[in-house]
Amino acid sequence: MEETKFAPADFKSDQAVRWCPGCGDHAILNTLHKAMATLGIAPHRTAVISGIGCSSRLPYYMNTYGFHTIHGRAAAVATGYKVANPDMTVWQISGDGDGLAIGGNHFIHAVRRNVDINIILFNNKIYGLTKGQYSPTSARGFVSKSSPYGTVEDPFIPAELVFGARGNFFARSIDVELGTSQEVLVAAARHKGTSVVEILQNCVIFNNGIHNPITDRAVRAERTITLRHGEKMLFGANNERGLVRDGFLLKAVTVGEDGYTLDDVLVHDAHTTSNFLHQQLAMMDGLGDLPLALGVIRDVEAPTYEAGVSEQVEEVRAKKGFDTLRAMILAGDTWEVK
Amino acid sequence: MLENTNVKTLDKVVVRFSGDSGDGMQLAGNIFTNVSAGLGNQVSTFPDYPAEIRAPQGSLGGVSGFQVSVGKGVHTPGDSCDVLISMNAAALKQNHRFLKPGGVIIVDIDSFRESDLKKAQYATDNPFEELGIKAQIVEVPVTTMTKAALADSGLDNKSVLKCRNIFALGLVCWLFDRPLEAALHHLRKKFAKKPAVFEANAKVLQAGYDYGHNIHASVSTYRVETEDPKPGIYTDINGNTATAWGLIMASEKCGRPLFLGSYPITPATDILHELAKRKDLGVKACQMEDEIAGVCSAIGASFAGNLAVTSTSGPGLALKSEGIGLAVMAELPLVVIDVQRGGPSTGLPTKTEQTDLMQALYGRNGESPVAVVAPASPTDCFTMAFEACRIAVEHMTPVILLSDAFIGNGSSAWRVPEADEYPQIKTPDVPAEELADHSWHAYERRENLGRYWPVGGIEGAAHRLGGLEKDSVTGAISNDPANHEKMVMLRREKIARIADDIPSLELLGDKDADTLLIGWGGTYGHLHSAVDELNAAGRRVALAHFRYINPLPKNTGEVLARYSRIIVAELNTGMFADYLQCRYPDAHILRINKIQGQPFAVSEIVDRVTKYMEED
Repeated sequence: MEETKFAPADFKSDQAVRWCPGCGDHAILNTLHKAMATLGIAPHRTAVISGIGCSSRLPYYMNTYGFHTIHGRAAAVATGYKVANPDMTVWQISGDGDGLAIGGNHFIHAVRRNVDINIILFNNKIYGLTKGQYSPTSARGFVSKSSPYGTVEDPFIPAELVFGARGNFFARSIDVELGTSQEVLVAAARHKGTSVVEILQNCVIFNNGIHNPITDRAVRAERTITLRHGEKMLFGANNERGLVRDGFLLKAVTVGEDGYTLDDVLVHDAHTTSNFLHQQLAMMDGLGDLPLALGVIRDVEAPTYEAGVSEQVEEVRAKKGFDTLRAMILAGDTWEVK
Repeated sequence: MLENTNVKTLDKVVVRFSGDSGDGMQLAGNIFTNVSAGLGNQVSTFPDYPAEIRAPQGSLGGVSGFQVSVGKGVHTPGDSCDVLISMNAAALKQNHRFLKPGGVIIVDIDSFRESDLKKAQYATDNPFEELGIKAQIVEVPVTTMTKAALADSGLDNKSVLKCRNIFALGLVCWLFDRPLEAALHHLRKKFAKKPAVFEANAKVLQAGYDYGHNIHASVSTYRVETEDPKPGIYTDINGNTATAWGLIMASEKCGRPLFLGSYPITPATDILHELAKRKDLGVKACQMEDEIAGVCSAIGASFAGNLAVTSTSGPGLALKSEGIGLAVMAELPLVVIDVQRGGPSTGLPTKTEQTDLMQALYGRNGESPVAVVAPASPTDCFTMAFEACRIAVEHMTPVILLSDAFIGNGSSAWRVPEADEYPQIKTPDVPAEELADHSWHAYERRENLGRYWPVGGIEGAAHRLGGLEKDSVTGAISNDPANHEKMVMLRREKIARIADDIPSLELLGDKDADTLLIGWGGTYGHLHSAVDELNAAGRRVALAHFRYINPLPKNTGEVLARYSRIIVAELNTGMFADYLQCRYPDAHILRINKIQGQPFAVSEIVDRVTKYMEED
């Protein structure tokens, strides 16, 4: 690495940011600039690739290589980019519509291949750029311009999709949780393989307050838990609450009540290969007894796609490689005309 | 071994192998082709596969064919064959119409039992009479002879029967005086990992040859003329392999690694197969999750700095449209290969057509010009794949290569180019001084209007691209109406200027004629042969064959203006004729069209041109 120190400003482009005032995207952009400075990877060693949607405007605001592609296809573009140029750090910016509806196929296949890209999924449960239609993460019954009587379909839960595609890194944050966001973005970049970071983002115009039941200051400490590898799963205003095993399931308890002690509270292991507990943690929704999990929920090393491609090329070349096309052809079936 | 036989000397002969799709007709045909090419014959092949992978054995739907023309002045696999080999009753029924008058049919008479005739839906028990065949029929008990030859081999019955094709090959080798040693060489390579299978096939090959020798009194044999080709190293190559190799050559000549993003689709998949094998040359070939991911991963690879390609056929090209539009807008080099097949929709997946021309030229939203080129023959696929890459890189644009099933699967002998035969491709790297003083802008243009192409990771070259309209200078997002029009015209002019950088249209045949036959892409061989025949018959016709479709060669208008009668022959309802007519409204354009999923027959072209010429 030729550089060591960068400031967040080094990652900012000269373009005016055009998101609506109050949009959650502003906070995520600033956090990303800070995360990149923390990582210490030069702007010209970084590529930010997006699809279409409000969030996908983000590459224009970066002083890195950037590509604002077409709706839903960012994961495929990012995959080609990373395979072609594995030395670059590649980020992909998607929203819930871009990444999980029109781009759902590319999303799950990128996760399955485990190509080393960092996907930030801005989840505001609405289509903002087309002015307010329900998205694949909108709850059943959600009323929008394209569902005036409420939707009659169930949403995706992004984490469940990631685990279904055998994902090895999943983290979650909230746009306003700047510290947690920065922490998980840095962890996502350091993870080798596809990292998915879901950020609950507020669309101030078309879906204002959609995450409030969980993110509202008054309830956030009770309804969320920030997980850190190796630490006890504690939450609440004074860390008085904890998660314990309840048969195969999880249960939220108050430490010191009903016979539960701190020893009963689970310790988070983000690196364990089994995704059984990770899925349970990721599926907690914060609306019932269990808090919504933030932080790095799963972070497991596995072979990456682009390294596999490069290594196979090296192996084949070491065994029976050719320097030129002509040499390869001449080693095959030929005849000479004199 | 031709003494005492009736020997016919011919410039070229056409042989058609036909049998069940599991009978190994493609292998027998390929070996015969390679052996002939090794003798100095020109060769041209036409594999005719059924759409079904394995239709019921002995059924009409399961018949697979392989036609090859060998000899001198060979431009096509031939309209019809001199010798037809039919391994069963269904194959005979499907293929006897391809036999020339006076030709010979060799059948495996063991596969003409009552049950075979029933499966092939014959109404009577005399298939030859029922089909009205007047040709000489050589009834050979191929199955019996193959079993006899391998009686002591220890192979099971199924493995023994798999050698029937090689018995037929042995017989054909005798018929055309091909040395068995050459055929053995190919069999040895084919079965390198299965010595027992090789031994069995070698035995059967000899048995087939000997059988022919023993019946020589009753059948004509052939002596085929050879032609002195340009000295060099030769190999047998089909169009799809040639395409893959042309891309690799371009990668060598521009110094950028080759990336392929693709998805399997008939008849283009062999390009993916070949490039997946070429990890030994450093190629990264990725089978993506769909056609869209194929093109989009290639676009990503191009932005990262690789020579990026996606390969497909017509339905896949439709899916890639939006991606190609993005590459137009981002002005990135991208090669899109469309091995055309019969359409619309799923259409005729294994058959050839030239019906994607309009899709290639116009099949995107907005004003979205791309360069389009079309190889003329299997071996020309190499040159035009190279050209597609050269144009894409030097002019910073997507280029669509319109190949087709006929030339993609067809093969001929090809001289391996010397290392310096193809030019260096000049990659538009950002000038070092502009990087140093940070004066470079992403939408800065060179004289040919192409942008620069910085690899990912260069200090000072970080830039943002995207599908939104860009300011013509800075590359920042712009909604300015005048700027948009300027950019539309700029992108259009950029493609137009490629005309300065491609060869002029050349004419073949009788250049001083008043009739000009025009073709494009994979029909070249048939049109060339037709013009040769017409000229030989005293008809004054010239041929202009287009390989550069958009832009057209600069002298196109001038060439068209010289001919009072212009006939455009193509395998669609007239797309290229329309394209030319709207550019050159004064040209008097007549048309020859065929949309049967089959290549032209030379005779069809000759007849239609003659008719047009006699009409006035």
